[in-house]
Amino acid sequence: MSAHRSFVLALTFAAALAVVGARTVFAQEADAPPRMHWSFHGPFGMYDPAQLQRGFKIYREVCSNCHGLKLLAFRNLADPGGPDFTEAQAATIASGFQVTDGPNDQGEMFQRPGKLADRFPPPFPNDKAARNANGGALPPDMSVLAKARGYEAGFPWFIFDAFTQYQEDGPDYIHAIINGYEKAPAGVALPPGAQYNKYFPGHAIGMPQPLSDGQVEYTDGAPPTVDQYGKDIAAFLMWAAEPKLDERKRLGFQVFIYLIVLTGMLYFTKRRVWRDVHHPPQAA
Amino acid sequence: MSEHSVYKPQNPFMQWMERRLPIAGLVYSSFIVYPTPRNLNYWWTFGGILTVMLGAQMVTGIVLAMHYIAHVDFAFNSVESIMRDVNYGWLLRYLHANGAAFFFVAVYAHIVRGMYYGSYKDPREVLWILGVILFLLMVATAFMGYVLPWGQMSFWAATVITNLFSAIPWLGDPIVTWLWGGYAVGNPTLNRFYSLHYLLPFVIAGVVVLHVWALHVVGQNNPTGVEAKTEKDTVAFTPYATVKDAFFIGVFFLFLAWFVFYIPNYLGHADNYIPANPGLTPTHIVPEWYFLPFYAILRAIPSKLFGVIALLSSIVLLAFLPWLDTSRVRSAKYRPLYRQFLIVFFLVVIGLGYLGSQPPEGGYVIAARILTAYYFVFLLVILPLLGLLETTKPLPNSISESVLGPTPSGAKV
Repeated sequence: MSAHRSFVLALTFAAALAVVGARTVFAQEADAPPRMHWSFHGPFGMYDPAQLQRGFKIYREVCSNCHGLKLLAFRNLADPGGPDFTEAQAATIASGFQVTDGPNDQGEMFQRPGKLADRFPPPFPNDKAARNANGGALPPDMSVLAKARGYEAGFPWFIFDAFTQYQEDGPDYIHAIINGYEKAPAGVALPPGAQYNKYFPGHAIGMPQPLSDGQVEYTDGAPPTVDQYGKDIAAFLMWAAEPKLDERKRLGFQVFIYLIVLTGMLYFTKRRVWRDVHHPPQAA
Repeated sequence: MSEHSVYKPQNPFMQWMERRLPIAGLVYSSFIVYPTPRNLNYWWTFGGILTVMLGAQMVTGIVLAMHYIAHVDFAFNSVESIMRDVNYGWLLRYLHANGAAFFFVAVYAHIVRGMYYGSYKDPREVLWILGVILFLLMVATAFMGYVLPWGQMSFWAATVITNLFSAIPWLGDPIVTWLWGGYAVGNPTLNRFYSLHYLLPFVIAGVVVLHVWALHVVGQNNPTGVEAKTEKDTVAFTPYATVKDAFFIGVFFLFLAWFVFYIPNYLGHADNYIPANPGLTPTHIVPEWYFLPFYAILRAIPSKLFGVIALLSSIVLLAFLPWLDTSRVRSAKYRPLYRQFLIVFFLVVIGLGYLGSQPPEGGYVIAARILTAYYFVFLLVILPLLGLLETTKPLPNSISESVLGPTPSGAKV
């Protein structure tokens, strides 16, 4: 028994050490992004088409100058569960982009207006050109960015997150980055060309502050603030990364109803079948 | 165990068939009248769950393979195209990825059950060893499957794990080059991982047949660890075990559906949505959660060679449990000391899992070393000694007595 107790002690000791270690690690890393309210959170959460349209406007006017969206096609803008553009609107948007096609009969590549079936054209011909235009930094493609970014909630929060269905660490991070530009604190030296962002790991971000109040005009009455821009572009990028979210949650609800009914019926069948085993007609 | 009724078909075709290929008779004796102990609890449903999960992984996997492209330039985008353009591709992929995780949930529950109730003891040693082989095959399959999307974590996991073989003295580097099919993890590596990831599930299915065969020769263990002796100790597989398994598979699927439909990326790592980049190492290379305890053991040992040896032996030692455990009593129910040490062992493995997810520095390393020490001391020292020193509780005379109480006095459970 005493051996057992000392192992329990060792375990407690180890756990205490782990917690101390965790504290020191967090102290060095960037601030945790504040958690926003998202329309697509939770079992019934869906995208807000108006918000996705605003986010797309930001992407088109600002982000698309440096960031690609190569996995998305213009036709996706009219897909169900998305920004809810009509097919005609999506075609108009597509025709506003120049895409490279070819080779033609003369063997030459040529530029033409985009069509619904085209993917979003890249802002730079290649990564070297992108770095050259951005002071050495490579603006990442944004197609799955909202799922490729996030932050560690740490113990015990990550356990709660499984129950509250928190899956929005990517959008929270994107919103935080848009809003995280600050004057570098005294004593922090930044590499040339880098900006200080309190939510960026290591704080030195290559991207200059991309959005300021009033920069993108909204026509639906939403406030044209950086905070709102951050939410809208994050929601749009979440849709770009996870375009089947609405469909997934809708089907998920149906599957749950089905499984609950089936499992319930199996439970009562099991009780009925086992009744004679648990309560024999007469004890032997 | 073999006195149950024999299949006697009434239908003339089935009679004709039975004289030529007695497959219906095999099903009848193995899955219908097969006697199972009447006192099995829900921990015994995980075998059935594992079979169902293996089938589900194969079905989703084969359809995914119709759309996946095993090439370093196309793998990542082909997975994204499955998510976007293939009908219900998102469902197939999330089922397959989360299904792998839940496969491990079930196999860990199955192993915990086996250790708690001493299911590995005479005469079930071969059954148990086949189980350890199945677990190793699952580990290999899951690891290679994780490499296929060719994200950052895929690439770097492949790099880290294959590099473990370089710890082998003298032969290490040539072996690693041979595994890679080149001088770095690249297209040949991805191609062979894809080929093996497709092959190994069928090997698993084959070993599962042996596992079930061995099980049906020796019969199932049960929570008392006392062998079934009379007909009163058992119930027929169908309907009793089938309906119980079916109910719990439903419960298990509810948990799986929660992840697939509502938090499909919870168990994954954000970095794996970044395409593989051999020139950029992620800050923390972390395996999937089901490998974390072993990853912690690997990193707890300062020497690479001994770390790899510890990692391998942490699994291979389990195959020797039937001989490391010297006690004649199977079930932890009647072994008070073993029960406590074993529960601490399970907690230690969970603790190692947490430490495996953390950076290998400071207090984490010290904690991982303490827990790793317990892991091996438990298997190599405590287990053999306990069998000699421990005073066990009296065993019931039979399974039916443990359920219904001793025959004369009646209703004591």
